[in-house]
Amino acid sequence: MSNQRKTMITKEIVSQAAIDAFKKLDPRLMIKNPVMFVVEIGFFITLLLSMFPSIFGGESDAGYNAIVTVILFITILFANFAEALAEGRGKAQADSLRKTKQDTKATLVQKNGSTKVVRSTELRKGDIVLVGINEIIPGDGEIIAGVASVDESAITGESAPVIKEAGGDFSSVTGGTRVVSDQIKVRITTDPGESFLDRMIGLVEGAKRQKTPNELALNILLVSLTLIFLIVCITLLPIASYVDVVIPVATLIALLVCLIPTTIGGLLSAIGIAGMDRVTQYNVIAMSGKAVEAAGDINTIILDKTGTITHGNRMAAEFIPVHNVDTKELDFAALQSSLHDETPEGRSIVELAKKQGYTPNENDGTHSSGVEFKAETRMSGTDFSDGRIIRKGAVDAIKQYVKEHGGYIPADLDDIANKVSMLGGTPLAVCDGNRLLGVIYLKDTVKPGMRERFEELRRMGIRTIMCTGDNPLTAATIAREAGVDDFIAEAKPEDKIAIIRKEQAAGKLVAMTGDGTNDAPALAQADVGLAMNSGTIAAKEAANMVDLDSDPTKIIEVVAIGKQLLMTRGALTTFSIANDVAKYFAIIPAMFMVAIPQMQALNIMNLATPSSAILSALIFNAIIIPLLIPLAMKGVKYVPMSATKLLGRNLFIFGLGGIVAPFVGIKLIDLLLVMAGLH
Amino acid sequence: MDLLQIAVVLGLLLLLAIPFGRYLSLAFSWEKTGLDKAFGGVEGVLYKIAGIKMQEMTWKQYALALVGSNLVMFFIGYLILRFQGVLPLNSSGIEGMDPLLAFNTVASFLTNTNLQHYSGETGLSYLSQMMVIMFLMFTTPASGIATVMAVIRGLTGQKHLGNFYVDLIRAHTRILIPLSVVVGLLLVSQGVPQTIEPTAVATTLQGEEQQITRGLVAALESIKHLGTNGGGYFGVNSSHPFENPTPLSNVIEILSMFLIPASLPFAFGYMARNKKQGLMIFAAMFIIFLAMLTTVYVSESNGNPALTQIGLSQADGSMEGKEVRFGIAQSALFTAVTTAATTGTVNNMHDTLTPIGGMVPLTEMMLNNIFGGDGVGMMNILMYAILAVFICGLMVGRTPEYLGRKIESNEMKMIAIAILIHPLIILAPSAIALATEWGTSSISNPGYHGISQVVYEFSSSAANNGSGFEGLADNTPFWNISTGLVMLFGRYFSMILMLAVSGSLLKKQLVPETIGTFRTDNTLFMGVLIGIVLIVGALTFLPVLALGPVAEWLTLR
Repeated sequence: MSNQRKTMITKEIVSQAAIDAFKKLDPRLMIKNPVMFVVEIGFFITLLLSMFPSIFGGESDAGYNAIVTVILFITILFANFAEALAEGRGKAQADSLRKTKQDTKATLVQKNGSTKVVRSTELRKGDIVLVGINEIIPGDGEIIAGVASVDESAITGESAPVIKEAGGDFSSVTGGTRVVSDQIKVRITTDPGESFLDRMIGLVEGAKRQKTPNELALNILLVSLTLIFLIVCITLLPIASYVDVVIPVATLIALLVCLIPTTIGGLLSAIGIAGMDRVTQYNVIAMSGKAVEAAGDINTIILDKTGTITHGNRMAAEFIPVHNVDTKELDFAALQSSLHDETPEGRSIVELAKKQGYTPNENDGTHSSGVEFKAETRMSGTDFSDGRIIRKGAVDAIKQYVKEHGGYIPADLDDIANKVSMLGGTPLAVCDGNRLLGVIYLKDTVKPGMRERFEELRRMGIRTIMCTGDNPLTAATIAREAGVDDFIAEAKPEDKIAIIRKEQAAGKLVAMTGDGTNDAPALAQADVGLAMNSGTIAAKEAANMVDLDSDPTKIIEVVAIGKQLLMTRGALTTFSIANDVAKYFAIIPAMFMVAIPQMQALNIMNLATPSSAILSALIFNAIIIPLLIPLAMKGVKYVPMSATKLLGRNLFIFGLGGIVAPFVGIKLIDLLLVMAGLH
Repeated sequence: MDLLQIAVVLGLLLLLAIPFGRYLSLAFSWEKTGLDKAFGGVEGVLYKIAGIKMQEMTWKQYALALVGSNLVMFFIGYLILRFQGVLPLNSSGIEGMDPLLAFNTVASFLTNTNLQHYSGETGLSYLSQMMVIMFLMFTTPASGIATVMAVIRGLTGQKHLGNFYVDLIRAHTRILIPLSVVVGLLLVSQGVPQTIEPTAVATTLQGEEQQITRGLVAALESIKHLGTNGGGYFGVNSSHPFENPTPLSNVIEILSMFLIPASLPFAFGYMARNKKQGLMIFAAMFIIFLAMLTTVYVSESNGNPALTQIGLSQADGSMEGKEVRFGIAQSALFTAVTTAATTGTVNNMHDTLTPIGGMVPLTEMMLNNIFGGDGVGMMNILMYAILAVFICGLMVGRTPEYLGRKIESNEMKMIAIAILIHPLIILAPSAIALATEWGTSSISNPGYHGISQVVYEFSSSAANNGSGFEGLADNTPFWNISTGLVMLFGRYFSMILMLAVSGSLLKKQLVPETIGTFRTDNTLFMGVLIGIVLIVGALTFLPVLALGPVAEWLTLR
């Protein structure tokens, strides 16, 4: 991947998270996470019981109560730590962004035309500033006059400066970036605190994090499971006492904590924060978690052809000689025609010729001069000092030139030219003096790897639609070559909106990328709109994500991250619920064994003593949280495949694994407890 | 031989359920079908009399019509029972029913439970039998079928949810009445009495006079099973030779209580325009059912160790409380079916099942979705299907969707309440009953079995089953009020919530199916559904099962 913003988990982040884990013990904060709040209440009750063992009547073992209390405390800390760690990593990202947001001086142009130096924080929307060479752009804005190259490495990490100019699609500048040449006049478009960078920092920090729709739904499920197990545990006390089975309160709380979904409850917010964070690592700023989640649901992606699927410049693909002309002659003439041609097309012709084993004659470079392409002549070429004239250009222009110079037009020229057009290419005719030699096939080439990526998307059930201004023939050729599912040729900006609306009406979620102002309505209409940072302010405002690297193909990564986010939640929920089977088999016999010795038959794990069984289950329940933190932060590995296969795989790992793992884990902990002589 | 009997019955069920499922989907279709010709005339007259228009309803209107009409039935039924002493058709001079017992009885029959805290032969006048019991035996399964049809319409994206009154009438005219005539005649052929002659008087060999009660038994017997009702004509229910005289009548009764619940998944498949959707739900329920059946069969065949210890042969299995003419296989099958379909009719005494054998009916009622009662069982399994989709659907990396509609917070709220209600209304009253004199004084068999008795009573009420572990002296104010309320909560909460879910899903935009869609029509989903039903549904009750039947079994070995 291009330019990933890596945030390692440093020692500082970990130690800060450890401190925050304690701060988060505040019940007012805990109540936001109902599952862990129940654990905290359980902790307070067992804490009371450790100090006053008979506070609820009857006798209880203060030592045992104390151990349960400690494990519960650790369980809560682990969950808090997970959340704090995810937040800490986000904060670290934010800090690196904040460094770029220095308080700079700005040259404000006043109404009367005079300038005044002010602090950048004093700038308001609508103010006009001058930014000269080596100055920091004081705020987000739009260039209203001038051209400059701007170093945006502070936010993109890309060191090559980019050209920004007034008018057009490259007029927006971001505060915190530096002008490296020339001077520009910028109209500030945001008030302080609302700039693009400010919003980015806020989002990355998770300060204004709102629960996403799916997170809310999952939370409801977790709360209801918690309530069910509360009912189970509370009612168990009177039911058991009917048959004279006394269950210590601490044991009952241990059962409750083991059964409620603490694993997913403890990791849920960490998963969400880490998901946003992963997007940021790809140098994409998502305006909300909701957008990232929606990315996972995308059915259709609309991509621009030029710049996204293809390189955007035509490259020589083949030299096709006319009848009776030797291939070698044409190849060499093509090379010679482009000796002085510095356009991408010209360079590509030279490259192709070189690839085919031709090199220009030693003195060609010095004994010749280039003829530039002109709109009137529609051709370019090379004049040699020995009088040879080589030209290449539009087919009819060359035809005319050859006719004027007394040459003849080979019969198969038009056929060749048409064939090239049909394939979506551009034919350039080549002549040596009045001899027409053949045609250069210029092709818009598909970026390497695109085909595989679209294939990948198809395996995820996502359709790709290519948008291009080309004629239908050209569009069809490129579409076939790139392997997209559909294309719109001769597309106008309003066609994009129309196709998005059409797809949405069929219930599909649509993602698109764009940069120009005329893309803005479509970006706003799309469910996931990824704007390029190099694009206009309007595009960025309309989109719900901005790619700082301005790489349109990154939309594919964003989709994968969205899917990964949902998968991680589902996987840990399934794991958490599946864990209950083993915990039941550890705790239930242990709970009743004292009163009903025959319950030993249910102790299939053969755990040492009732209290070691209960503590083992409780310890397992606690340590599984930190063990799963890396998974919650990194996300479940996503390999594009059909939903059925994916489900089968994840069910095997997290469903079956969720049933088996605690049997092994609890038994191991029990053995360790026995070895340590605790039981 | 035993296995062959069971296999034949279940094979017959499958053979009947698939075409009947198709019939159900057509019978409730809002498109014109051939059935309109056959039934349209009668229905037209009924619509005219009742002022029913073929108008679609929103889920709220549908739920209101369901609850409203049921409320009216409740009050009429209650008043008849209270004043049956002075009302006509009371030749035996039976007195008006006590208020709490009347509340419990009406709640019981209104909710398709048929838990009987009164004695049938002596507690009800002929008018009460006809106007309350028989009447409700038709209308409650019809309400269940109507409601599930609305729910299925919503989930499968039909144009609208339908009209409760139209569905209610169709459930009578197209399903229940024709079927009960057929089943009634079949039962008569097996010797079930259907007569208005008075009680027969016979002289026994010893020269004593014996009064033999008879009456319109076949009529009641057919709807009792078809409507998953379960309230018997005689106190001992389907073990009485007049209710269930032969092994063949036993098979007919098993099939008729299983027919509608087993056909509904197939109807669902037809309505979803994907038969496999229904097949997978059927298969999930059927596999759990087979596991349950095997458990009760093996456990009963192995006999009762306590009786072996005192020298009684258990070679034929545990025959205590079972009819010799049915034997272990037909008794086990009947037990597994009656609690799966939440009918509650019995052909053997569930109280005397071996502990693990007795745990089977208990577990099936705690799950409440292994086929379940007419309509409501299907609704419950659909609820679990949505839950399964939500939990596991996330693992494919998309917002979970069921039949092309997204499951979001709004639906999850409803589902969350629905899955919460069932354990709440079983465990909370059980805990109160076991902790207080009100409950414990009624237990005839203290110890672990006492827990089973109490939990069985509330599970039976909550699942609207109606069978009892018996042995519980339950005609007391505590039991009448508590079980009455549990029955009402058990029925209406999930019905209304599922209507709401269905209404909310119907309004959603259909998401087209792609290769990235979580499929619910393959065996993988069937496995997921079984897993979720067992882990979420059954594990909830594991502690209480451990203290009841499991502890009893372990201490008996």
